[in-house]
Amino acid sequence: MNRAGLALAGAMAVLCAGVVTSTTARTPVSVNNVAIMEGLPKQLSDFGFFYRPRSQQSLQAVPYSLNTPLYSDGAAKLRFAYVPHGKQVIADGDGLLQFPVGSALIKTFAFGEGADRRLIETRVLLHRANGWLALPYLWNEEQSDARLAVAGARLDITTSAGEDISYRVPNKNQCKQCHVKDGEVTPIGPKARNLSSDWLGEMVDEGRLSALPDGADTMPDWTMRDGADTATLARAYLDVNCAHCHQPGSMASNSGLDLRWEQDDPHAIGIRKPPVAAGRGAGGHAVSIEPGDADASIMVHRMGSTEPGVAMPELGKGTVDTEGLAVIREWIAEMEPQ
Amino acid sequence: MIRLSLAALALSSAVISAAPVLAETHTIAPGEGAQERLQEALILAEPGDEIVLEAGRYALTDGLSLDVDGVTLRGAGMDASVLDFTQQVGAGEGLLVTSDDVTLRGFAVENAKGDGIKSKGADQIIYDAVRVEWTGGPDANNGAYGIYPVEASNVLVQNSYVRGASDAGIYVGQSENIIVRGNYVLENVAGIEIENSNFAEVTENLATKNTGGILVFDLPGLPKVGGGSVLVAKNAIVDNNTDNFAPEGNIVASVPAGTGVMVMANERVQIRENSIFNNKTSHVMLIAYTQEFDDERYQPRPVEIALKGNIYGSGGSAPDFPGGEMLAAVLGGALPPVLTDGLHQGLYVFDNVPVVTLGLTQVGQSISEAAPTMWEKPDEFSFKDLEPVELPATMMTRLK
Repeated sequence: MNRAGLALAGAMAVLCAGVVTSTTARTPVSVNNVAIMEGLPKQLSDFGFFYRPRSQQSLQAVPYSLNTPLYSDGAAKLRFAYVPHGKQVIADGDGLLQFPVGSALIKTFAFGEGADRRLIETRVLLHRANGWLALPYLWNEEQSDARLAVAGARLDITTSAGEDISYRVPNKNQCKQCHVKDGEVTPIGPKARNLSSDWLGEMVDEGRLSALPDGADTMPDWTMRDGADTATLARAYLDVNCAHCHQPGSMASNSGLDLRWEQDDPHAIGIRKPPVAAGRGAGGHAVSIEPGDADASIMVHRMGSTEPGVAMPELGKGTVDTEGLAVIREWIAEMEPQ
Repeated sequence: MIRLSLAALALSSAVISAAPVLAETHTIAPGEGAQERLQEALILAEPGDEIVLEAGRYALTDGLSLDVDGVTLRGAGMDASVLDFTQQVGAGEGLLVTSDDVTLRGFAVENAKGDGIKSKGADQIIYDAVRVEWTGGPDANNGAYGIYPVEASNVLVQNSYVRGASDAGIYVGQSENIIVRGNYVLENVAGIEIENSNFAEVTENLATKNTGGILVFDLPGLPKVGGGSVLVAKNAIVDNNTDNFAPEGNIVASVPAGTGVMVMANERVQIRENSIFNNKTSHVMLIAYTQEFDDERYQPRPVEIALKGNIYGSGGSAPDFPGGEMLAAVLGGALPPVLTDGLHQGLYVFDNVPVVTLGLTQVGQSISEAAPTMWEKPDEFSFKDLEPVELPATMMTRLK
């Protein structure tokens, strides 16, 4: 909200104070479309996405999952898409679904299982009239609600693997650093190629999605990856975990490294590509990917590090994704040496 | 109540109409919660606002970022307001700027784990009297770049100080319309580096005790290639003999210790009226890109390079490259002030100094095939001054 808006809201509050008898907030039973479109709502509950916050129960936001997900220190992620009543998502080939204005994408990060599960943060992407806005919300101790934390936070957390880490809740700018493309904030996850045909089909059946596009559901299911083609797994992993920065028009465009699924130029995806601005991130290696030699590849070196200035991804990572790294290592090792 | 409410509404209307011109100043003090308070101010700032860092040391654990156009971040001086990243545990740089028309002045960034201050796609940015320092001095574990504007138009870096960068102290990459002036760069691998950029002026800087003083490079395979139109003038480039401490793999790791000015690839680079002293390999070195590349847009040779009005002191007595010592011995104990690999196209040396060529004839040829001789200046050549770099008037206004 701009200052004019704040001032107006202040005036409205004064006006309303005379007529509203109770200041107790009404528990929202439905999604607050105004909160999606305007202002910086202070509490996650202001949106009314969840009627049972702790168990993340929603009537109007549709849960979804990704075939190959982004690694975030092993956090469980609960993803929801909210599309306003009467509006429809447009399919755009195998790429990003085009959500109408008024939509919201919601992602809650949690650690622990069952009754021990703790919600840490919820990140919302709001599609407003002037574009997408990314906001981070931090859950309270009681797990009853989450508050807006534009500056993010740093929390001590024990991961599902039992590792004690300092977990970073991104600030509003850091949200954008991953979600920016050509200067605009954009969703990353819900691409048709990385969503199941079942889910997309249901969306079509319910009239919420225009069509089941060609190329849907082509990225491998990470949970069922045993026996899958290594190169396909690796390219899916890089697309989901790296390409939001490493592509033209995004944060790491100046590196010249383009890790998108659709990129087929070997140099662009790092094969025998020298570093540009890697600094000590290069770790003494000459190229991003040395075919046949994972240990001589900068990509492996940086994915295997947690040290700031070396570690990739730069944000949202306190631990190494050993499973993802193993796939990348295997992919590089299987390449014909050059 | 109704009358009161109307009054409130009238009051807020006045605020609404005045809001766009009312720039605010947000003052931040060091101490408890500085990370959150400063980051929140950077996020909630409106265009035109100024964020003031009071004097003192700010202990920070995460990178800071600014994404609002037209904001000024100002401290009480480069030695007074210190953003201390010694305990940093996250992010790839100390401060990241991604918005346009930003002014950074009068504060320091110390011991960032990655780059010091990076601005990406941030047009019309001013870095003025900023200090970026790795306080332990040269170390391969220091961050790569001190002041790091990339992918921008209209960049001004002035009166700043950078020490200890394990790549370049001041690095301007993939940008155009650039002025880097009056800075002091000390004990970095490269003091100042202009890379894959056009229309740059690097003037009146002091580059000393780096591995290489001032580098003008162009690399293949990047979104923007074809760097050129770079003026390097009136700088003092002295004693750049620090052992190269860049991590292997980076292009600057191949810069010999003792390099004054180095031009790699690029078109139209003019090196004028500099004082270049006591650089033990070579005061001015011109080379083609040495590695393999596959980029049709890329031109790997130095083209149309001019040297005019420079003052050269002693140097070249201990060249830091294979065969360098032998070459120096053959040439009477030291390399002459100017060295070319022989792959340049158009070299205009007005200065009355000898030039040695390594006699390479093909791009990518190994230095072991060098056939060094003294280069003979052509009798006649034509030469045109570069157009001066003009920054938008609005930037000059912000300097006042």
